Amino acid sequence: MTAITPTVPGPATPVGPVGPLAGIATMVRREMWRTLRSVDALITAFALPVLVMTAFVVIFGGAIAGDRGDYVVPGVLVMCLGFGAATTAPAVAQDRTSGTIDRFRTLPIMASSVLWGHVLASTARNLATSVVVIGAAYAMGFRAGAGPAGWLALAGLAAALALTFSWLSATAGLILSVEASQSLSLVFLFLPYLSSGFVPIDTLPSWLHGFAEHQPFTPIIELVRRLAAGTSPSGVAGPALAWLGVVLVVSCTGGIMLFSRRSAR
Amino acid sequence: MGRAMIEIHGLEKSYGSNAVLRGVDLEVAGGQIVALLGPNGAGKTTTVAILTTLAHPDGGSAHVDGVDVVAFPRRARLRVAATGQYATVDEFLTGEENLRQMAALNGLRGAGARRRVAELLERFDLTGAARRPVATYSGGMRRRLDLASSLVARRPVLVLDEPTTGLDPVSRLGLWDVVAELARDGTTILLTTQYLEEADRLADRIAVLDAGRIVAAGTAAALKSQVSRQAGERVRLVLADERSFDTVRTLGLPISEEDARRTTVTVRADSALSTVRDLLDLAERHDLAVDAVSVVRPTLDDVFLALTGARHRAAADHATDPIPTGAIR
Repeated sequence: MTAITPTVPGPATPVGPVGPLAGIATMVRREMWRTLRSVDALITAFALPVLVMTAFVVIFGGAIAGDRGDYVVPGVLVMCLGFGAATTAPAVAQDRTSGTIDRFRTLPIMASSVLWGHVLASTARNLATSVVVIGAAYAMGFRAGAGPAGWLALAGLAAALALTFSWLSATAGLILSVEASQSLSLVFLFLPYLSSGFVPIDTLPSWLHGFAEHQPFTPIIELVRRLAAGTSPSGVAGPALAWLGVVLVVSCTGGIMLFSRRSAR
Repeated sequence: MGRAMIEIHGLEKSYGSNAVLRGVDLEVAGGQIVALLGPNGAGKTTTVAILTTLAHPDGGSAHVDGVDVVAFPRRARLRVAATGQYATVDEFLTGEENLRQMAALNGLRGAGARRRVAELLERFDLTGAARRPVATYSGGMRRRLDLASSLVARRPVLVLDEPTTGLDPVSRLGLWDVVAELARDGTTILLTTQYLEEADRLADRIAVLDAGRIVAAGTAAALKSQVSRQAGERVRLVLADERSFDTVRTLGLPISEEDARRTTVTVRADSALSTVRDLLDLAERHDLAVDAVSVVRPTLDDVFLALTGARHRAAADHATDPIPTGAIR
């Protein structure tokens, strides 16, 4: 600031309010840079999921199901989507506690733009993760029996999962501290184990059966498995989509309400 | 003096049972710099939060450039730019990208945005570091970038919450220059600070906020002379031994302070010089061992303490609050 100053800080530029889409687009770009500029974030988003997929297919795959991962790949995919989306929680918590969200709220943009930016960028990132993870599974011999319609349904389901998990994480980030919100990824890592994701439920201890049969990851992973195998999703599609719908609506409206009600300091 | 660009009337705000603002009134005329001065917890940040549409008051009103910030927050956001207490720039972006992002979020795009960003980088001495990630910036550089961010879209009112807290002296002076320049250029500025010197150097008017109320307002000179009259002068006697200290205490002098080490006694004085003479006479008569006699002028601490009341005096005596000291001249 001691430099020679050719101009006084600026002529008044009459700039108006920013449309919601333009505001959200800027916020999505911000989150993309946050991932792309951080080696940690890239490892969490891509290297770790591939490692997990490799571990399950190569190391446990034969023992668990005796095939090329047809049974475990859907479980790993869903687990990676949850795990990847969970990083949104500490990112939102960080923006909240550092005052960054407050600063954005003083700007002429739609207030929840920053939240949408987090969610949409996280969704896009996790779809990219899915492509990489499925590619890795294919490289290790996994083959899906799905036709074009099945793949389309799978892609839609993956997008819905990524969006739901991202909203859940973003809303958690509005409530929890940075440290506490980091533990959300443990929930997404651990819950799928207590489902039919990696081993059939009847091989679990009997006292876990009740929980495993009724928790959301069981129908969700089962739906992914049936779509990937090209078999009929009837019976699991209903519960899976109902769970997703409820979680999405609750966390999205909850997040936006929390966001607009939270008054500064 | 133009019309009032910031008008705050009877502002009240409580968080739970804690009344943070208890009826704050404040007006800032166009192009003026007003410093809101007060100890931690006085309500400065809450006042700023309401003005910048981040918090809703429980009572009273706040207008920025004639716009009611409570009723029309969207319109108000086009009239007021703000910098918070902590630098909120994105570490993973470069300085230039941060400003470009801020331009986009303020509706400024294309060549106009590029020109504005280049201008601000130059003005804040960040051109050399423009393409480096902010993660590599020093604290002072972040603060400068933070302030530059709030200037990307030029709004008629600028609110700065403790803008120089944590800055080194050179950066602080530089920031003062920029703020003064903006005001000359017509921007109306409200800044909060704990530093009396900052208020003194920068502000056309100072409003002292304490426990949610404005307890004094006026020019720096007016506040100082008011305090000088209240606090008066004092003479300090440094004694060489405890016997002398004990003796002084029995003489019925108007003692204002004694130190715990039993060496120093401070006496209130109507006229410093005649009090010095009286004290020296007393010392001779009572055979006191005196190391030093000095006249104590009211310090900036005294201004602050006199205005913000005795309840802060105890805290300041423990010297934990970061209130800088210096002499009133």
